[in-house]
Amino acid sequence: MANLEVNFCGVKFKNPTVLASGILGVTASSLKSVIRKGAGGVTTKSIWLKENVGHKNPTMYGTENYFLNAVGLSDAGMEKAAQETFPEYNKRKPGPIIANIVAGSIEDFGVLAEEITKCDPDIIEVNIACPNVEDSHGKPFACVAGDAAAVTRAVRARTNKPIIIKLTPNVFNIGEIAKACADAGADGFCAINTLYGMGIDINVRRPILTNKSGGLSGPGIKPAAVKAVYEVYKATKLPIIGTGGIMTGEDAIEIMMAGATLVGMGTMVYYRGAEGFGKVAKEMAEWCDKNGVKDLEEIIGCVHN
Amino acid sequence: MNIKKFDSRFEILSIAKIVQENEMTKTFVFESSIGGKPGQFLMMWIPGFDEKPMSIAFDDGKELWVTICAVGPFSQKMHELKVGDKVGVRGPLGTHYKFKAGEHLALVAGGYGAAPMYFVAHEAVKAKCKVEFLIGARNKDLLLYGQKILGLGVDLHISTDDGSAGFKGYITQVLDKVMDEKKINQVFTCGPEVMMKVVGQVAEKHGVEAYMSMEKYMKCGIGVCGQCAIDDKGDLCCKKGPVMKWSYLKKLPEMGQYHRDAQGRKHYFFKPLAK
Repeated sequence: MANLEVNFCGVKFKNPTVLASGILGVTASSLKSVIRKGAGGVTTKSIWLKENVGHKNPTMYGTENYFLNAVGLSDAGMEKAAQETFPEYNKRKPGPIIANIVAGSIEDFGVLAEEITKCDPDIIEVNIACPNVEDSHGKPFACVAGDAAAVTRAVRARTNKPIIIKLTPNVFNIGEIAKACADAGADGFCAINTLYGMGIDINVRRPILTNKSGGLSGPGIKPAAVKAVYEVYKATKLPIIGTGGIMTGEDAIEIMMAGATLVGMGTMVYYRGAEGFGKVAKEMAEWCDKNGVKDLEEIIGCVHN
Repeated sequence: MNIKKFDSRFEILSIAKIVQENEMTKTFVFESSIGGKPGQFLMMWIPGFDEKPMSIAFDDGKELWVTICAVGPFSQKMHELKVGDKVGVRGPLGTHYKFKAGEHLALVAGGYGAAPMYFVAHEAVKAKCKVEFLIGARNKDLLLYGQKILGLGVDLHISTDDGSAGFKGYITQVLDKVMDEKKINQVFTCGPEVMMKVVGQVAEKHGVEAYMSMEKYMKCGIGVCGQCAIDDKGDLCCKKGPVMKWSYLKKLPEMGQYHRDAQGRKHYFFKPLAK
């Protein structure tokens, strides 16, 4: 059997599959169950400094080839993470945990970085997809290289944990944004966040999501993710969690060839259940065995050679 | 690929009839079926307003009923709707009650749990099961579905907290007595979690498995958001449930203790005892 173990920012993962942020990440017991079902690691739902209510339902739905969501990053805030989620998860810790943090200001990102470090996550993932409250147009940090870098610097200054930046595909040049974050001290990236989307119920003539528009994910976005990972790898050579439309072991192998070290999956759970993590890992091992790959790390970024 | 299988968009249905069950409760009738089984739920969408999980009160392949008590903003909005108004539904979702032909069942309903239990009883009677229907409420006026249940020809047992109808006390005391006197094969229950926990204990005392309709805060209903994960196994109420068995539930530290809100924060049913 091929060795599926990978090293990401100095952290060992038994296989490259990782639960993406926002799915099954409300409680420690839910995160632990995902590891039991085969994931190499898990990412928490985005953690805010203070409670964030989120949007009203409908917040998500899927079809055979795509999925739309606008949950609105609902969360009880740092207090619950510190008092419940992390202490519970770290009791008989089953595998690496990535803490995803989100804020609307650079200052809050700094405070969050310091607070979350006390919870002892293995890695901090910075969600910069939210609008910058200090930007007059409310542009997301992720869409402006200077803003993305400023967030990275603020987080870097307050933690010694590895930090990775979650990038949005909704930009002209994702490589440029990644480079700016790398120069500001990022240790790696997660690419990609969801694309923008909207669906309308033609019988009642209204958008289906209460927030009207939302994030597009699912099988159909895989090429967008592979392209983004390719560009980020080319621009920075830093480790990447490749995520977006990954449903099978072969999808996972594909995004690793573009440059990903870990493979994030979220929407896959809709199609294959949480058991899908174990299935994808098994499919990856089968592919390796069939293709004479002894160590999975040898395929990372191989298309760049 | 089965395309419909992965389509969780809404089916838009017009309300065909509205039945006032009691002061707070209405049944919405749709002349359409979603193939729901007793114990399963659906997601109900008021376009442009909100969407909530609701139990399926009845679905016989021709008509779908959803019984809703006006307790919060969503259910109050439902109560403002008129015949002909459109809502979206998606489902059926989750697990359902299972029984074999000819079994002797005890169905224990607490308050509004009478609606889904009526559906179980209806199907069980069709399968030649013998049914003890136990229904508990705070008072006589809150007893739901009484006439409908009597129409099924089941043995009806009533309790009220104030004694205004039936036995004065808890329905679980009535269950204990019924199980002393009769050989029950399975116990099914729908009602407040704290009541269902006692139902589970009573059934266990008599060596019988109990299945119960669990209710946890749900957003997606399709196993993705993780909002309804139950401690400490982390299993999802929307997928492993809502109908789950007592021998599994009794081992969970969350059972009968707490639930979570839309942000995932814990709320205890009772104040935790000081350590």
